[in-house]
Amino acid sequence: MSFYDIYKKYKGLDFNQFILADLTVDEAEFLASLSLEAENNLEAMAIRAQDITLRNFGRTMQLYTPIYLSNYCENQCLYCGFNAANKIERKKLTLDEVKREAEFIAASGLKHVLILTGDSRSSSPLSYIKECVKVIKNYFSSISVEIYALSEEEYSELINAGVDGLTIYQEVYAEDIYAKMHPIGAKKDYSFRLDAPERGAKARMRNVNIGVLLGLNDWRKEVFFLGLHAKYLQDSYPDLEVGVSLPRIRPQAGNFNVPYEVTDRNIVQILVALRIFLPRLGIALSTRENPEFRNNLIPLGITRISAGSSTYVGGHTVKVSADRGVPQFEIADLRDVKEMKEFLEKKGYQPVLKDWMRI
Amino acid sequence: MEDLLEIGGKKIKSRLFLGTGKFSDYTLMKKALEVSETEIITVALRRVDLESKQDNILDYIPKKCTVMVNTSGARDADEAVRIARLAKMSGAGLWVKIEVIRDNKYLLPDNLETLKATEILAKEGFVVLPYMSPDISIARKMVECGAAAVMPLGSPIGSNRGLKTKELISIMIEEIKAPIIVDAGLGRPSDACACMELGCAAVLVNTAVAISKDPINMAKAFSEGVIAGRRAYLCKITQGFNAASPSSPLTGFLREEK
Repeated sequence: MSFYDIYKKYKGLDFNQFILADLTVDEAEFLASLSLEAENNLEAMAIRAQDITLRNFGRTMQLYTPIYLSNYCENQCLYCGFNAANKIERKKLTLDEVKREAEFIAASGLKHVLILTGDSRSSSPLSYIKECVKVIKNYFSSISVEIYALSEEEYSELINAGVDGLTIYQEVYAEDIYAKMHPIGAKKDYSFRLDAPERGAKARMRNVNIGVLLGLNDWRKEVFFLGLHAKYLQDSYPDLEVGVSLPRIRPQAGNFNVPYEVTDRNIVQILVALRIFLPRLGIALSTRENPEFRNNLIPLGITRISAGSSTYVGGHTVKVSADRGVPQFEIADLRDVKEMKEFLEKKGYQPVLKDWMRI
Repeated sequence: MEDLLEIGGKKIKSRLFLGTGKFSDYTLMKKALEVSETEIITVALRRVDLESKQDNILDYIPKKCTVMVNTSGARDADEAVRIARLAKMSGAGLWVKIEVIRDNKYLLPDNLETLKATEILAKEGFVVLPYMSPDISIARKMVECGAAAVMPLGSPIGSNRGLKTKELISIMIEEIKAPIIVDAGLGRPSDACACMELGCAAVLVNTAVAISKDPINMAKAFSEGVIAGRRAYLCKITQGFNAASPSSPLTGFLREEK
């Protein structure tokens, strides 16, 4: 059994006609809550989502920031700034530079970081990532990775090195669109990517965060599969903290034209529908969205929010734009950790800088 | 005589224990803790940043209170034991609420793993209060292993659904030779009051206070609910009206036979 069996069962589902014999009541309600018609009930759904979030997570918000280690990439994902075909300056941090980034971020008080690399096993092999983790763990109590898909054994190696969380997005569940978006490189392998979160769970990651890149396909379909995937992981690995992210495609190098529009109203619907469907789901919001929109989304179900982000390799310490190369995508919320903390406190939320430690 | 609860060598006046999660800020939390007059406060070690000079949650715990570290995040006995030892090494004391949860959907505890951790930590000298699903056999074993009290849930964590496990808790109060403290699920002061009327030694509350629109007054309301329930229990009202004593003995006439 893999999530692929569930995907196959529903891939032909007519999302406009509710012939839902095989869905559970919760799943049917989830599908209905993603429908165009449900937009009329958005306020009622938001009220319910806020109540569920409060009871499950309280008036708290966990903060984290990304550290980009390398932008070398062997894939040609059409939507990504690190696309191997893009003629951009490639950079990979030395361990000294990693230390400098870690020191800089640690001074803000953050204890949770997400480390990222482009998809290149040859330029950023697992051994390199483990070396970086060894440096970074001196400064942070919890480290998550967002890197190329690994085997279960490799995820175990990362856990032994000090990693406790895995973020990996399927990007798009529709297999045909996935194939078009990922024409070259190891990421072409749909199934290996699809089962990566489960391999991380089997290796005993504490939390696994999945996502779809909103804009690559009809979001109603994609978010339906995202929700089912999260539920599948939650049901199969009950002690796993399952989370999702809601990344909406941002401008990046290569001028990719976004095929499907996802409006602010749509994002709100996605957020509250997911929260109602899976009350314990962690939901992360990145700096892809602008400050005002992020501020307004917070009470509706967000549990983790990034601050002081940079999507450049070494972007926390290398502030001179000429030396930074190209970002993975443009960020829209430039607030640093201090500003984000102040905002959260004003809004009646406790900023949580530490929510786990290596034991 | 003063009605005190004795646990781990401590004599405790307030039978309301409070949690520290989910509050919007520490200053507000501190005021709520103070107003409630609670003496036992549970803190998740996962949230404590021992290196932080500012915003350290432990700085917001009233001085007279005992910190009971909880092992939130532990997925098995081994992780719970490691968290408790880490807390001890960091100087957070020896009181530990064991929380082992392998179910992130309902947050229900794993009694078997909790029992294992109880045994190990009690032997190491910790004052162990295991959080559990109400189960009399496991509770007996926990007490045999050295649990200072047992903490069965009223309903799932954060659900605010009240004392849904009343029948089982009543049996535990009757049978278990250690304080029974209802932990989790109490949504209203009347829920806390009902626990105390029933004969619970104390209750532990967090979500209902922390996410209330007015945590300070809600903490006070819970404190008053606990006091009222305890007072009623001491007045032996728990039999209910059907079992009330008649003013003249029903079998008094038998004396006339002599």
